[in-house]
Amino acid sequence: MADLLNVQGLETQFRTREGTVHAVNGVSFQLKEGETLGIVGESGCGKSVTVMSVLRLIPSPPGKVVAGKAVYQGKDLLKMTDEEIRHIRGAQIGLVFQDPMTSFNPVLTIGRQVAEPLEIHMGMSRKQALERAAEMLEMVGIPNAKERLNDYPHQFSGGMRQRVMIAMALVCTPQILIADEPTTALDVTIQAQIVDLVKRLQHELGMAIIWITHDLGIIAGLAQRVLVMYAGQVIEEAPVKELYGNPQHPYTLGLLNSLPRLDSDEHRRLASIDGLPPVLLSKPTSCPFAPRCKYAIERCLAENPPLLQVGPDHYAACWVHPETGRPRE
Amino acid sequence: MTVEQQPNVILQVKDLVKHFPITRGIIIQRQVGAVHAVDGVTFDVFKGETLGLVGESGCGKSTTGRTILQLYRPTSGEVIFEGKDLVRMKGEELRKTRQRMQMIFQDPYASLNPRMTVGEIIGEPLIIHNTHKGKEVEERVEHLLELVGLNPAFANRYPHEFSGGQRQRIGVARALALQPSLIVCDEPISALDVSIQAQVVNLLEDLQREFNLTYLFIAHDLSMVKHISNRVAVMYLGIIVELAPRKDLYADPLHPYTQALLSAVPIPDPNIEEKRRRIILKGDVPSPVNPPSGCRFRTRCPLAAEICAQEKPAFREVKPGHYVACHMV
Repeated sequence: MADLLNVQGLETQFRTREGTVHAVNGVSFQLKEGETLGIVGESGCGKSVTVMSVLRLIPSPPGKVVAGKAVYQGKDLLKMTDEEIRHIRGAQIGLVFQDPMTSFNPVLTIGRQVAEPLEIHMGMSRKQALERAAEMLEMVGIPNAKERLNDYPHQFSGGMRQRVMIAMALVCTPQILIADEPTTALDVTIQAQIVDLVKRLQHELGMAIIWITHDLGIIAGLAQRVLVMYAGQVIEEAPVKELYGNPQHPYTLGLLNSLPRLDSDEHRRLASIDGLPPVLLSKPTSCPFAPRCKYAIERCLAENPPLLQVGPDHYAACWVHPETGRPRE
Repeated sequence: MTVEQQPNVILQVKDLVKHFPITRGIIIQRQVGAVHAVDGVTFDVFKGETLGLVGESGCGKSTTGRTILQLYRPTSGEVIFEGKDLVRMKGEELRKTRQRMQMIFQDPYASLNPRMTVGEIIGEPLIIHNTHKGKEVEERVEHLLELVGLNPAFANRYPHEFSGGQRQRIGVARALALQPSLIVCDEPISALDVSIQAQVVNLLEDLQREFNLTYLFIAHDLSMVKHISNRVAVMYLGIIVELAPRKDLYADPLHPYTQALLSAVPIPDPNIEEKRRRIILKGDVPSPVNPPSGCRFRTRCPLAAEICAQEKPAFREVKPGHYVACHMV
């Protein structure tokens, strides 16, 4: 299948009082039509900044995309004018944010907010747009959708608000849906509802999804391909079963081992990863994970490994083979 | 469920109720209703065990923990800790008893005073309770810092100089300062990243073994609760719906809510996720201001029958040590 979105060598920096923070350091990935790509990583690893950079939603200053390209339908999103990118955002790429409590305008009705993209991008009249918005709200499982168009965000629960946000992101039937930790603020039973909903909508509308999360559990049942990020870099990329069955980066391995499992009865001590993620005040010149890595060799401290092919369709940025502890190649 | 004569019961909670009043009017306030945060909770905690208390946000699990420690005074009920009823205790007697029960809070960014050094934070309980004097305080603080895996030289630093995981270790050291027997851990790891969570959980387990501590471990992460607990209680809308030894609860959940909750937890393994069938609950948790009649869960329960609306299900023992509140079991 063709690449819908092709991101190459993305670099984003933020100027702060302490110095320049290198939040994203050369991230590349492709998104294929209709697939679900998971981006996993801990807080501060640059996963949100990556997609916000692609969508040109990084506030500048202090932020700046200093290198890279993001090609969507033959055009580089990073080189577009503000006017052009506005026609992409909301129309062809929909976005769902983490916090359903703060992502709505509290003084506008839900109907206005869900209908707005239709008026802007599709040139619909207010009346048409509201009708379509009601259909969309029904599709995401809001009961009495027509009547609720006149309600304000505070009249909805957290789970319902997240449904409304998904409706808003999908109302123009975009090609890509970017979901930035869409279930992190929700309880597990509500999370299950939302995941179920998104899977159904993808089946019906056929959009590709980028799902950003820190939860390796949720991505296991959702994505076809997964990127693992650490310190502003992609450190592993693989099809979902390959990643969980045969993790090739010590960080991925460490993350998977540090999770308690609902399906295991034996009590084993959790394998923790010692230390802390690095502060990104300079661009990493060695492997950023090396100080926490038990497999680290000399080369890891001298040279930052690029993504190396370690299997068919499987890439890892590591000089060492974590099963044998011996250098690759 | 009387286990009064059992010598190894450290804490007995009997029919604990905590209602928060809702008032109207600015000068002349009158009560117009109440949030039924905890509505009749009964359980025992055995010496040296970890009792997990799980439930979704707003189910009353944190209020239960705080009411047990008398941080909130209960509306009614008894809390018998080491043979004495805390509810009837006041003043100096209660203050003395507080040495024996401590709390670790959820948010390590909000639970440490930013104007106090780490040494002052950890040493404060020693001074308040007058257990150590002068140089002894410093020595004890240094010992505690070492115990939780921090450098004793950090005693002069301020909380903002530490990461989330390190701050949580400071919170643990403070809780340990007076050698308590019971520690209420209120979501101690939910604000931390996955790789750091494992560090803190391992620390809590080590300390429990070393000092024979009893934990009431409040959390919403069912996998982590399974990992750390001996027994688990599941709360829903102010009541405990099921309580059982860890293995029984996870292998054979009897309450439909527990079943749904467990099925909603994602497992970090794509091969298992592929085959899993989820019980997707409908709707949201009802408001605790006006909880449903009869069984609290009936509005979302797939098995609800007529009796569920009319009668409150009794919390009864259906297997040794396995309690459940459901008409259908």
